Amino acid sequence: MELAISIITGLMIIGALYAIHAKDLLSSVIACGIVGYSLVICFLLLKAPDLAIVQIVVDTITLIIMVAVVLDSSREELYSKPDTQGFITTVTTVLLIMILLYFFIVSIQSLDVLGTSSLRMAKHYIEGAAQKTGSANLVTGVVFDFRGYDTMGEAVVLVTAVLGVLTILRLKGKK
Amino acid sequence: MKGMTLIVKKTTQLIAGMIFMYGIYVIVHGHLTPGGGFAGGVIIAGSLILVTLAYGSDFLKLIKEEAGTTMIESLATIMVILIAVSGFVFGTKIFFNNFLPKGIVGHLISAGVLPLYNIFVGTEVAASIFIIFLSLIIFKEESTQ
Amino acid sequence: MIAYIMCFILFFVGLYGVITRRNLVKIAVSLSIMEISTFLFFALVGYIDGGVAPIVDPSDPVKVYVDPLPQALVLTAIVIGLATTAMLMAVIIRLFRKYGTFDIREIKNLRG
Repeated sequence: MELAISIITGLMIIGALYAIHAKDLLSSVIACGIVGYSLVICFLLLKAPDLAIVQIVVDTITLIIMVAVVLDSSREELYSKPDTQGFITTVTTVLLIMILLYFFIVSIQSLDVLGTSSLRMAKHYIEGAAQKTGSANLVTGVVFDFRGYDTMGEAVVLVTAVLGVLTILRLKGKK
Repeated sequence: MKGMTLIVKKTTQLIAGMIFMYGIYVIVHGHLTPGGGFAGGVIIAGSLILVTLAYGSDFLKLIKEEAGTTMIESLATIMVILIAVSGFVFGTKIFFNNFLPKGIVGHLISAGVLPLYNIFVGTEVAASIFIIFLSLIIFKEESTQ
Repeated sequence: MIAYIMCFILFFVGLYGVITRRNLVKIAVSLSIMEISTFLFFALVGYIDGGVAPIVDPSDPVKVYVDPLPQALVLTAIVIGLATTAMLMAVIIRLFRKYGTFDIREIKNLRG
């Protein structure tokens, strides 16, 4: 299982590197959509069908919005000469990434090996969940019953995002 | 904006209704099979986006009022307030209490107040995503002088 | 361990894209790639070898289930990621209509 996930993540890295360096904006947006669809295969291998359904539809809608924005405007990235500011930015980013990677490898020694999770918190959720909430789907029981505040916060965030989009794209103000 | 060709219109006539019914199935069976409120909500929004893209906004006569909001978004906001208050008013002074009787595990009417939560959250997510799509794609001519 | 490190390399590819690119659409694409790597990391933490998907079968109730808690957290995060990306696209549309270019250095030099 670890080998399969590593191979798919390696292909996702190659797709992401192409999405950043592509000359054409439409190709870059489509590569971002393909990285999202590969995540659906990873979710199905990790036994999470709820997440696979949500991710495949959300990635399609994101792709539609991005393609509409790109096709309505200019479609290519103008070539820029490599100047000193861009060079300094790239070197600083690579140094920062190497430092963060070292600290990440040090801190990941405390995690369990992939596949033997200790289930410290979820033991209380799984043991009586089917009797306490009465639902057969454990993820729905956790989202709506044990962690209802998170769902309410998520609904509020969605309404705020809709209000923000409507305000940004408005032309006529109040007189 | 104009719609698409005749083949796309005929295919949409056949399929968009089935996608809508599949979204409602995923919402209502949220406590028995994988899915739930969020997955069903985005599937319903996907079917509405399909109909809007295939037929064009001129044919569907989509207009935008002067006040700047649509009725779907107001309905979704009212649904959100109903979610937050229903557990408090009818329960025993605990916010988000699961107060309806929990039936046998595996039947359609079971799990207390969870199916109602699924339906309200699914409607609100579908309305939000459809409004974001409309204002970004169809109504963006407003922001040009 | 290898799966965790590959997941973080994908996060760093997205971070490199956000810092060094000059085009606004590429910055939005790199932000979306960073979010995808975070979802994969959460789903990897809760996996158990030989477990099944967390759906209780009433006729055979004793099994080893995969951890449902990280899946509940990622479920909310995916929809919020869509709302954030849509709002970023609205700002990008407004900037293009006003300045006529996607390049952030040109927009910085124009000064209203």
